[in-house]
Amino acid sequence: MLDISIAYSRYKFMGFEFLTWLWFTMEMDVNTIQHDEFTEFSIKIGNRMVIENAFHNSMETVTIKGDDAGLEEGMLALRKGGMITEMNMIAVSDRQQWQFTLKGESLAIAALKIQNDVEPENKEDMEAQVIDRIFTCERIIDWIHHLFHQFIKLRLSDKWKNAIIPAMHQWIVKAD
Amino acid sequence: MSFLSSNVSITNYIVNGQLEEPVAETIFERLSSHVIEDIDGEATDKSVGWTSYDNPFEPDFKGSQFIIGSHFVFSLRIDKKQISPRVILKHYQKELAKKLKETGRDYLNKGEKKAVKDYVITMLYQRIPASPYVYDMVWNYEKSRISFFSNQKTANDEFETLFIKSFNLELIRIFPYTSAFFLQNISDSEKDILNSLKPDSFI
Repeated sequence: MLDISIAYSRYKFMGFEFLTWLWFTMEMDVNTIQHDEFTEFSIKIGNRMVIENAFHNSMETVTIKGDDAGLEEGMLALRKGGMITEMNMIAVSDRQQWQFTLKGESLAIAALKIQNDVEPENKEDMEAQVIDRIFTCERIIDWIHHLFHQFIKLRLSDKWKNAIIPAMHQWIVKAD
Repeated sequence: MSFLSSNVSITNYIVNGQLEEPVAETIFERLSSHVIEDIDGEATDKSVGWTSYDNPFEPDFKGSQFIIGSHFVFSLRIDKKQISPRVILKHYQKELAKKLKETGRDYLNKGEKKAVKDYVITMLYQRIPASPYVYDMVWNYEKSRISFFSNQKTANDEFETLFIKSFNLELIRIFPYTSAFFLQNISDSEKDILNSLKPDSFI
């Protein structure tokens, strides 16, 4: 394995490609990222997206935010060669929904919003709430890692160059 | 950041290695020997240690309170004292004037000025209380993974250092490369491709 600090910087592009692929997949065929183990989740884009485009020696950053934000600007930034570096997402289950920002370079979860329905009244309530919170966080983390692993298997296969890149290219250039 | 709050940030880790059995007792011992030390009234500017997630200002690991179901839950606490440079300057100049008056001299040499400054900083650190920062962590021992509830670089760096010092286990932060590398069903040939991967363009 490569040195951790070198690997972090050198391979952060994988996280950016992952988020860009995720948007493409959500738009074009969301069923391909549904999995039997995570049937409770469906996914949609939240209220913030950061796209960076490094060309020559300068960096252009486009941030789209707001609940009713249009994603046309995001598509325009992709058309200029940008990649998504952060994406706010909403995971919806039949019981509730969780909103969070996923950072491409670290796969870290930021600003995960979880509802606290009931104020614990005693020690047992408190422990039940802690267990529920651990379970919820682990489910979300597992699901994100499952999505990333699905991407990685694809990224390391011939299908990536032969089918995915051309399809993503078409999606980006043809989007209205 | 409390993992029970309504807005949390999470950094994930893989833990390499096993603790001495019985694990809960080993964790209790390691937490107790690296528990946060209060520095209020001390001339120290920083303290880093473990504390209880449910009572971070009165750490108590007795009775296996850090065991929740099949997980270990405890917190990193960082106590810090910060003094404004202007406050230091004010007290330094006052102390300098006092020293000159006491000695009846017109000036102090470099070493004497440094001693005055050190005295002022020590005196101020003793007087101001530390600000505590608490970050929870959840250790799924069976799956060898940890969720640390902060994305802040300083907090993560302190956590990694204290964890390795306390438990003598390797801690690997999960990010795109490590997540791919430690994927269970990744083959050697895929690892070779991974190690030579270059960014692609979709345009």
